[in-house]
Amino acid sequence: MDFSYSDEQRMLAETLERLVADQPAVERSASQLPPATREPSPLWQTFAELGLLHMPFAESVGGLGGDGTDLMIIMQALGHGLVPEPYLAGLLLPGDLLARLATPEQRDRWLTPLLEGEHQLALAWQERDARYDIHAVTTSAHRQGAGWRLEGAKQLVMGADLAAAVLVTARIADEGRDVERLGVFLLPSSTPGLTRHNYPTIDGQPASDLVLDGVMLDEHACLSENAAAALDATFAVGIAALCAQAVGAMQASCEQTLAFLKERRQFGTPLSTFQALQHRMVDMHLHLEQARSMAILAATSLDLPAPERDYRIAAAKAYCGESARFVAEQAIQLHGAMGMTEECLVSHYAKHLVMFDHYLGDSDYHLEYVSERLSAA
Amino acid sequence: MNLTFTAEEQAFRHEVRDFLATSLPAAIRERVRLGRRLSADDHVRWQNLLSQRGWLGANWPEAHGGPGWSPVQRHIFDEECAAAHAPTVVPFGVSMVAPVLMKFGSDAQQRHYLPRILDNRDWWCQGYSEPGAGSDLASLRTRAERDGDHYVVSGQKTWTTLGQHANMMFCLVRTDPAAKKQAGISFLLIDMSSPGVSVRPIITLDGAHEVNEVFLDEVRVPLANRVGAEGEGWTCAKFLLTHERTGIAGLGHAKQALRHLKSVAAHVQQRGRPLLEQPSFRQRVVKAELELMALEVTNLRVIAAARDGGVPGAESSLLKVRGSELRQELSDLTRRALGPAALPFFPDFLHADTELADAEQREAAAASAQYFNRRKLSIYGGANEIQKSIVAKTILGM
Repeated sequence: MDFSYSDEQRMLAETLERLVADQPAVERSASQLPPATREPSPLWQTFAELGLLHMPFAESVGGLGGDGTDLMIIMQALGHGLVPEPYLAGLLLPGDLLARLATPEQRDRWLTPLLEGEHQLALAWQERDARYDIHAVTTSAHRQGAGWRLEGAKQLVMGADLAAAVLVTARIADEGRDVERLGVFLLPSSTPGLTRHNYPTIDGQPASDLVLDGVMLDEHACLSENAAAALDATFAVGIAALCAQAVGAMQASCEQTLAFLKERRQFGTPLSTFQALQHRMVDMHLHLEQARSMAILAATSLDLPAPERDYRIAAAKAYCGESARFVAEQAIQLHGAMGMTEECLVSHYAKHLVMFDHYLGDSDYHLEYVSERLSAA
Repeated sequence: MNLTFTAEEQAFRHEVRDFLATSLPAAIRERVRLGRRLSADDHVRWQNLLSQRGWLGANWPEAHGGPGWSPVQRHIFDEECAAAHAPTVVPFGVSMVAPVLMKFGSDAQQRHYLPRILDNRDWWCQGYSEPGAGSDLASLRTRAERDGDHYVVSGQKTWTTLGQHANMMFCLVRTDPAAKKQAGISFLLIDMSSPGVSVRPIITLDGAHEVNEVFLDEVRVPLANRVGAEGEGWTCAKFLLTHERTGIAGLGHAKQALRHLKSVAAHVQQRGRPLLEQPSFRQRVVKAELELMALEVTNLRVIAAARDGGVPGAESSLLKVRGSELRQELSDLTRRALGPAALPFFPDFLHADTELADAEQREAAAASAQYFNRRKLSIYGGANEIQKSIVAKTILGM
């Protein structure tokens, strides 16, 4: 049992802390979209130079072999600074899935430049009637000679407009085959038949709906015809990362709120002297620390057997979703009317923390997962 | 970072488990399992067995006859004891006055009292709260005036847990009425058989006799029974409040309570199905499970910090708040799970030796009384609101 960082991890945390602190906060806050260009931002290039983009990937695919704790350190720092660079959507989720499924040739073509910061990718998994279920896919892949034809639609594909290519989940729909199988296909963004409808999310992320209308692909576009287990593993990594990011943002919200309470005076005294506000602030702190524990649980569960891993991951996401919303709501309340304004940094964190629940499955969704598997003993 | 116990720690867990399986008397185990009250003899019998094994002073260093366990080992021991339905060791001697004596007591006091605690010759109780001094403990008014080589102590203590069995009390008294609130307080050891000491039971809402009022009427206490210097009693009291509080979350008890809740809810039928399979009740259980998972990791974080030389201070306030809330929630859910079976009240079964023939009534008998009893968890040892004020002040600097 050990909750301490290694020397390397301490250095990683310090490096990130400095890097994030150097970013001008409000201008870069996630409610303001990064420019719609596929050129990596200067910060992303710095990430690449520091090896941060290599960190969460195995050495066998060209990564640095970081573990769940390394990933947690990175995501906590990015969450703390509300850094808009799409580490999760543009790098981690598509990269992790690629690393699990790609042939050496596919890796060279797509994963290596991803880790070098030369391009970003996107993962298209969500469909309109599927809510958060990664296995409920109606987009279909039909064998067409040596290649494939894809039909269907995806929604909320984060960062698709900035991505050099999109990984798309599709049901393998060949005659006489096992129809339960999930495939993953790689579509360069210029693929004919693939159209994007771009929009921002309320917390300032660039998203797209995709329509796949008779998209013709050659055989090399297929990463896997049987990707269900790999998808589960990738989502476990993604959810652990997301929880850590939320913890970072929760911590920043607590710090900002505490500083505000000490500074703001009413009735001739700092707000921090009022017991009702003190206890509310302590409740935020309690939620933060309990959520941090769950993020640690998630980060240290990634190498467990799938059923145990996914139980803990779901528990962590369900728990952190509730905690994040609590912290966001209290942060706004304790800032008073100022907390309602776009000008106030805490409002941007609040949007991120509330909408955090809508990414990769919300509290109700994951609570249901835990409930279905609750041991009776 | 990892959450796994070492091979040595796991071996230790098995050693504790084996000891509990072979040494805990079945009758005592069954009384604890059913939530029945233990007699003084039950407590002493179990604590003698622990003492013989060398495990009574779980938090004591080897120099004083303890096993010298790490915080992790103590945590494992607590968990296994709760899982095996072992009685909780009465804390007032072993884990409250003993650390104060080790830190502030004279050689003579240590030589006299520590061995007597370790072999259960003395039963200690705590003389802290007064009718006018609860959360505001430093406003206590029991006074001690010097008369030769004695103090003459007069006043009233209350909420004295298991004081009816105690022969010794450690007591906060005011030795200097002119000094500022905390400054005039001293820490005295009082023989409960001294003339002028009387104990009156307070019956709590669950029908239990757990706490007492203690009246002190011109009780003569030798000066030699003062721990630390005169006027430094508050330092002892504060030390006690922050000392070794890694067990404060009651995690072992919470885990056991959740296991019990699940077994009740899996057994109880409603409209032809187990209650545990019904969505609204099941969701409450799931939420308690998640809270327990989070609390367990938070608890391990504090234990690891203590093991690595940190002093568990205000973090233990967080554990106390969340741990007490969770245990209260679990006792609430267990009572609700039992439904109509939670209504009958059999005090003679719970408190005395009258048996209940009906097995179902026997299993359900303690649930409601325990629910009411558990309300104390957020009140004693510094009410949760006090804990929050401590966190606001010491962690958040408000």
